[in-house]
Amino acid sequence: MSMRALAAILVVFVKECRESLRDRRVLINSLLLGPLLGPALFVILLRLTISRELTQAERPLPVAVIGAASAPNLIAALEQGGVRVLPAVPDAAAAIRSQRLDLALRIPDSFARDFSAGRPAQVEVIYDSSRRDVIGSVQRLQALLEGYSRRTAAMRLTVRGLAPTLTTPVIVAERDQSTPAGRGALLFAMLPYFLILSALIGGMWLAIDSTAGERERASLEPLLINPVPREHILLGKVLATSAFSLASLSLGLVAFMVAGRLLPTDQLGMSFNLGARAAATILPLMAPLVLLIVTTEILVTAFSRSVREAQTYLGLLQLVPVIPSVVLSVLPLKPRLWMYAVPLLGQQLSVMQLLRGEAVPLAAALLCVAATLLLAQVAFSAARRSYRSERLAIAPLV
Amino acid sequence: MICAEDLHKSFGPIKAVDGVSFVARDGEITALLGPNGAGKTTTLRMLYTLMHPDSGRVLVDGVDAQQQPLEAQRRLGVLPDARGLYRRLTARENIAYFAALHGLPDSEARARIEMLLQALSLRDIADRLAEGFSHGERLKTALARALIHDPPNVLLDEPTAGLDIMSTRSLRDFLRHLKQQGRCVLFSTHVMQEVSALCDRVVIIARGRVVAEGTPEALRARAHEHNLEEAFVKLIGTAALA
Repeated sequence: MSMRALAAILVVFVKECRESLRDRRVLINSLLLGPLLGPALFVILLRLTISRELTQAERPLPVAVIGAASAPNLIAALEQGGVRVLPAVPDAAAAIRSQRLDLALRIPDSFARDFSAGRPAQVEVIYDSSRRDVIGSVQRLQALLEGYSRRTAAMRLTVRGLAPTLTTPVIVAERDQSTPAGRGALLFAMLPYFLILSALIGGMWLAIDSTAGERERASLEPLLINPVPREHILLGKVLATSAFSLASLSLGLVAFMVAGRLLPTDQLGMSFNLGARAAATILPLMAPLVLLIVTTEILVTAFSRSVREAQTYLGLLQLVPVIPSVVLSVLPLKPRLWMYAVPLLGQQLSVMQLLRGEAVPLAAALLCVAATLLLAQVAFSAARRSYRSERLAIAPLV
Repeated sequence: MICAEDLHKSFGPIKAVDGVSFVARDGEITALLGPNGAGKTTTLRMLYTLMHPDSGRVLVDGVDAQQQPLEAQRRLGVLPDARGLYRRLTARENIAYFAALHGLPDSEARARIEMLLQALSLRDIADRLAEGFSHGERLKTALARALIHDPPNVLLDEPTAGLDIMSTRSLRDFLRHLKQQGRCVLFSTHVMQEVSALCDRVVIIARGRVVAEGTPEALRARAHEHNLEEAFVKLIGTAALA
């Protein structure tokens, strides 16, 4: 590339950056919303989950008990397990349906008779399984009831001179091989998406402004009459948009590093490992993706009839990187080498590996970078074609 | 000098330009006169390389605009119909952007900008953002931007559209000034007063064709009318019949 071409690209780059730095909309998107939206959502979501899980395990469990007098021993055992017995309510089922009550335990009058006779004595747990927030409480109560049942059975066997182990022919021991960091990564499966999203949002306004916006404000036609090949103008715009997108991504990474420290993840037996070293590996892995995202964004805006239409299309484009995130969380695929050659999926896998505290294999990383660059080149060729069209400045390309 | 040689351009089934030829000479002001939709803007867009003719040829100072678009663009200063400025840049920055795109060295660009700001009386608003410019201020800034590289040929698409009387007069003076400097000035218009007040030559376009060409006097004589507007109506009318 000649000096003249480089100079022209630089001129466009500098002008686009200067104009954007004066545009509050671009600044808010690239330097505030883009980098912070993901981490903020992430922190809020995680805090909610973590604090709920922690408090629910320790908090007294209020249960409305109907017929408590029939089973004083059972009640004493439950209270020891953290249950706070609420007075009986007249119509428990209705109260639960109308969400005035979380769950209730009914002990029928026949309980004492059946229990002392050695017959299975029934108790009823009344709850609404469509209310996700009470499921934890229901499971706690069920575990307490089962524990009481097992202890009673063991005592009865012992009294009759039998070994309590008779009723446990098979015992299951669970050996979870996930490391704390691995369990964390499962919870953090959405993080790569948020990172990609920050790059998308970071470049979005500049992409719209520099093509569809210029056309709408009638400044594209005079620009294209200048003696500069159109692909150099395009390249300047791509680089300026990439700079903002990359800035958004970098700020997003820093925000995630800070967020990791603010989260009480170790209380859940997990660790969230986005240290400087992982971040330094993520950035070069994501840089080709930034180019791909930006050229795609500019390509889409070149085909849009107006700024508003471009906004709509780019809004939809933001949903595309969700696909690998969803696929990976629904079908936990074993990472294979070819997967790194799929842009978005490759970055997703790499970031998750880095979060688990593992290293990304060099071959995989190179494949990921090369494949993404190749697709970015294809997108750039398409954008160049649209820029060469004589209708670009005048009317949208349909 | 700008030569249009048998230009044709269609958009789908519509023949926007259907065989336009004319010459605009250096040191003269040439008007492309025609009713709305006659093909003036499309013709100009082919002259300034934004559009490619389906057939025919454009020569700018002998340079084929199709074969060597960049070379032709260097010889052209264009005020297109679309003349939007960058609202978040000042007038000076708007002009400087185009100077840089033309590859003018900094010192030369600065001198040219000062000269044009002076000539177009833009000094007072030079360092204001283009955001709140009036119509006249926007036009003058766009004109300065178009002339930054001292082009020998100047093309203007309806330059006085929407201007008040005082701005129109000063723009006319400025175009005469460009002519005196020996440039080839070509502008499109549908306003008759513009033509009689300014032009050395008139090219009348209707329905994508040249229906008459010559000095305003010659056209009046040809249509046997003293009033140019009557002559115009007569000439267009015969074209419509033919």
